Amino acid sequence: MHQINCPWCGPRDENEFSYQGDANCRIATQSKAPEEIEDLLYFRPNPKGLHKEYWHHVSGCRQYIIVERHTLTHEIRSARLARSPQNQEQS
Amino acid sequence: MASYRIQNGGAIDRARPVKFRFDGKSYTGFDGDTLASALMANGVSLLGRSFKYHRPRGLVTLGSAEPNALAEIGEGARREANVQMTMVELHDGLIAQSQNRFPSLRFDLMSVNQLFSKFLVAGFYYKSFMWPSAFWEPVYEKIIRRAAGLGRAAEGPDSDHYEHRHIHCDVLVIGAGLAGISAAQTAAAAGSRVLMLEEHAWLGGVSAYDDDPVDFTAQLDGRDDLQILRRTTALGIYDHNVVLALERSGDHLGEIADGHPRQRLWIIRPKQIVVAAGALERPITFDNNDKPGVMLSSAARGLANRFAVAAGKDVVILAADDTAYEVAADLHAKGIKISAIADMRDQIPSFARAQIPENIRVIEAAQPIKALGRTCVRGLRLKHAGSVENVKCDAILLAGGYNPNVHLLSHAGSAPVWKEEIHAFVPADTSGPIWAAGACRGIFDASACRVDGEVAGANAAMAAGFPFGVKSLGPVLESRATLDRLHVSGKGKAFVDFQNDVTEFDVRLAAQEGYQSVEHLKRYTTLGMATDQGKTSSVNGLSVLADALGKDISDVGTTRFRPPYTPTAIGAFAGHARGRDFQPIRKTAFHHCHEDLGAVFVEVGQWLRPRYYPQAGEDIFSAIKREAKAVRTSVGVCDVSTLGKIELFGPDAAKFLNRLYINNWMKLAVGKARYGVMLREDGCLLDDGTTSRLAEDHFFMTCTTANAARVLAHMDYASQILFPEMDVGFCSATEQWCGLALAGPNSRKVLGGLFQDLDVSDEAFPFMGVRETEFDGMPARIFRISFSGELAYEINTHWGCAAALWEKLQAAGQSFGLTPYGSEALGVLRIEKGHVAGSEIDGRTTAKDVGLGGMMAKKDCIGKAMAMRPGMVDEKRPALIGLKPVNRADRLRGGAHFVSPHDVGVSKPVQSLGWVSSVADSPNLGHWIGLGFIEGGQSRIGERAMCVYPLKDEAVEVEICNPCFFDPDGERLRG
Repeated sequence: MHQINCPWCGPRDENEFSYQGDANCRIATQSKAPEEIEDLLYFRPNPKGLHKEYWHHVSGCRQYIIVERHTLTHEIRSARLARSPQNQEQS
Repeated sequence: MASYRIQNGGAIDRARPVKFRFDGKSYTGFDGDTLASALMANGVSLLGRSFKYHRPRGLVTLGSAEPNALAEIGEGARREANVQMTMVELHDGLIAQSQNRFPSLRFDLMSVNQLFSKFLVAGFYYKSFMWPSAFWEPVYEKIIRRAAGLGRAAEGPDSDHYEHRHIHCDVLVIGAGLAGISAAQTAAAAGSRVLMLEEHAWLGGVSAYDDDPVDFTAQLDGRDDLQILRRTTALGIYDHNVVLALERSGDHLGEIADGHPRQRLWIIRPKQIVVAAGALERPITFDNNDKPGVMLSSAARGLANRFAVAAGKDVVILAADDTAYEVAADLHAKGIKISAIADMRDQIPSFARAQIPENIRVIEAAQPIKALGRTCVRGLRLKHAGSVENVKCDAILLAGGYNPNVHLLSHAGSAPVWKEEIHAFVPADTSGPIWAAGACRGIFDASACRVDGEVAGANAAMAAGFPFGVKSLGPVLESRATLDRLHVSGKGKAFVDFQNDVTEFDVRLAAQEGYQSVEHLKRYTTLGMATDQGKTSSVNGLSVLADALGKDISDVGTTRFRPPYTPTAIGAFAGHARGRDFQPIRKTAFHHCHEDLGAVFVEVGQWLRPRYYPQAGEDIFSAIKREAKAVRTSVGVCDVSTLGKIELFGPDAAKFLNRLYINNWMKLAVGKARYGVMLREDGCLLDDGTTSRLAEDHFFMTCTTANAARVLAHMDYASQILFPEMDVGFCSATEQWCGLALAGPNSRKVLGGLFQDLDVSDEAFPFMGVRETEFDGMPARIFRISFSGELAYEINTHWGCAAALWEKLQAAGQSFGLTPYGSEALGVLRIEKGHVAGSEIDGRTTAKDVGLGGMMAKKDCIGKAMAMRPGMVDEKRPALIGLKPVNRADRLRGGAHFVSPHDVGVSKPVQSLGWVSSVADSPNLGHWIGLGFIEGGQSRIGERAMCVYPLKDEAVEVEICNPCFFDPDGERLRG
């Protein structure tokens, strides 16, 4: 019953979104070593606390949102568009 | 039967008698009664049989904490089991049945279980029914299920209607008792939008059980700033402050008007929550404390004052708490004889004693030994001043003190803490966004509750953005003298949990056997696991456990309460989402055309696709063969509208496709289509389909019906996260373009007849060509692509033109015997051609596995690096092959496994060499054919293998062959 504040659509119910996993990894090209890509794909951290994750607003604006969520309390600290240049630089 | 109705007073309408039935017998109560109060008024005190021992049971409480008085309400499909009689408002025609008795409530054969009670102790089913293990399912489980239990389920699908409603508010107040009402009034006065939930039909909480209660309805109803939902129970507090509440909007009505729901599930999103859920009186544990006639003192007081019903003609109050004296004063005023107040405490505060007339006998330092009587209470045996006395009575009222109702606060994650001053658990943290007020945080005095409610209401309103003069007020704690012992050790059956038949002995035994953590105790004894969730039993059980372990109760802790607070019909959670309304049905624009032809449909995701079109006298197999043969010999038409269609635009569209697909798109000419395969990030196949270039910067992609949504989401991910620098935009056009596939040697002639301005010759419109034209003045696109392996075209046009397209196509195809074919025939045709589909692209296979490894271009694409890992390109991986039975009459089975011939019929597990993914009874080859994956793949062509299908105990010898069975050189589709 989360409510996510979509940067485009405003606060929306979680059932409009589809969870897409860890937002700390991005596998754009094969320039990375296969072992490194494997790590990103299969060995993802499962932190207790704040976690950055992708939520796809699939029944809304179809934007990928990076949601900073507390995995224990479900508190949502922030929600930003994944495609914003600021996020691109980070990963 | 004698009447227990008190002549005057009460909140019942004596001018409106109500007739109802219980166990087939007719009774009369009054408007304003509950089923429980009406039965008690009629002298019916035996209301049920207990879960395990089938002991006679009667009323304990007046509310939703009731463990014993459960009934089946209604009949047939409308019958609901385990309904608390205390929560059923009486209405004309109400039909109720008692539960868990055979043959009748008064004479229950299963009560012999009591004689075996020594064997039915804590964990008995782990101990007694262990051996022989083969007996568990056929014998033991059936016996246990029959012997132990609650009500029967309804006899058919629920015919009632349930609805969901969503609501937002600034402050939600749960519970309209004195604290809740003060909180709501204060928050509303501060200007916030307030919603208040009340479980009962009336307001006032426990004050509604006063002799002359305040009428809050006049004060609170009809206000704009304060909405009240009555008959509404808060089921739970969830993440982000969401509260689910169930409104029993129709249960109190004899008949529910058409279109109205029986119950309504509210999904509430408040900014702040004030929990004012009150407190629950606790029983006292002693031998036979479960006899009908033993009830909580608060219940007896409410029965007398609100329902004008006497709990007995001659009562004894067993007291561990000062409130016993208020109850005694009220009952005395109603003319109920009080034989004695047996106070278990050594010291009785004088203010308590001053509340009652002096002629009522008070026994100090009394120790209850046993409730006397068989089916009903006939007396109380107690010990005091060194001697044993039997006090005659027909009701024993228990005043064991109060437990703050911490359930909802516990849902929100706050573990309760023991408060020694009141000998009860209280919520640890009550300071926003979930506030607590009144008795649920251990404040029991009426005026203190009002003040506490005001403070909580003002705090909540302020936190929601509505400042109001908040009074700074420290914790108000009324000192109350409650006995710290909540149980009396003795012999016999002293019940802690009435509903699950857990005795003090069971708890001690569990502790002795090592189940010393509360969570273990709960699971081993089932204490607190009944439908009442231990509302009356939990704290008493903890008290026994603490005693058995020699610990303080605060060190024992509590189990965590979980939603829902009260048992809730699954129908309420389902709401409208049931049966055909569970999810939408998607129909193609040609749906009615298929219906006219008598098509049998198949569900593909939400879509309905024609599966086959049976003609008179045809079964499914002959229909499929006829359709598939028609495509190979003349021409067929198939609805392909359900394929996912995506339009891509932008200067970087080709570059983007290059990253999505394993093959190359940069050099695809305008007006040409190409088959493509895409991978997931882990290198396994995601989907396949054809994509066409309509202009330098405009592509049209198709993907499989089942994967359409997934592919679009994958593209969103790729464009927004992986390649945000690419200038490309795309959107789904699945429901904008309808599509028909025209396949067969005569398809060109039919197409030419339909589009007479179009040059359909092989030179002008070659294989993999794309043409844009018009149909009926609307844009149309024609693709010369083929899934069947025949000369074939796909025609796409505006969704709204479907009927006209179908009609004109029939006319153009008539002389060629144009045959509609469904998904089954399509499947046969593609297997004959060795084309892969969902059974081959199953999430585990790679492009190389399905024989498409050669398509992998030199450039980079999503999933490529992972697809190149050694394990993914291992030559030993099972790879796609075709198979046909050596004995051509044999049938093949999808899902069969390849094994070595000497492993057939071996009883121990053997190694699988691969599996059969798709099979078809090919009309064009005259025998069964299949596609499958086998270790070594194409290198095994020509070999034989055994195909085993253990589900049907079949083993078939097959020949491994090329997956393309028909026209391997592709002459037909290029013709």
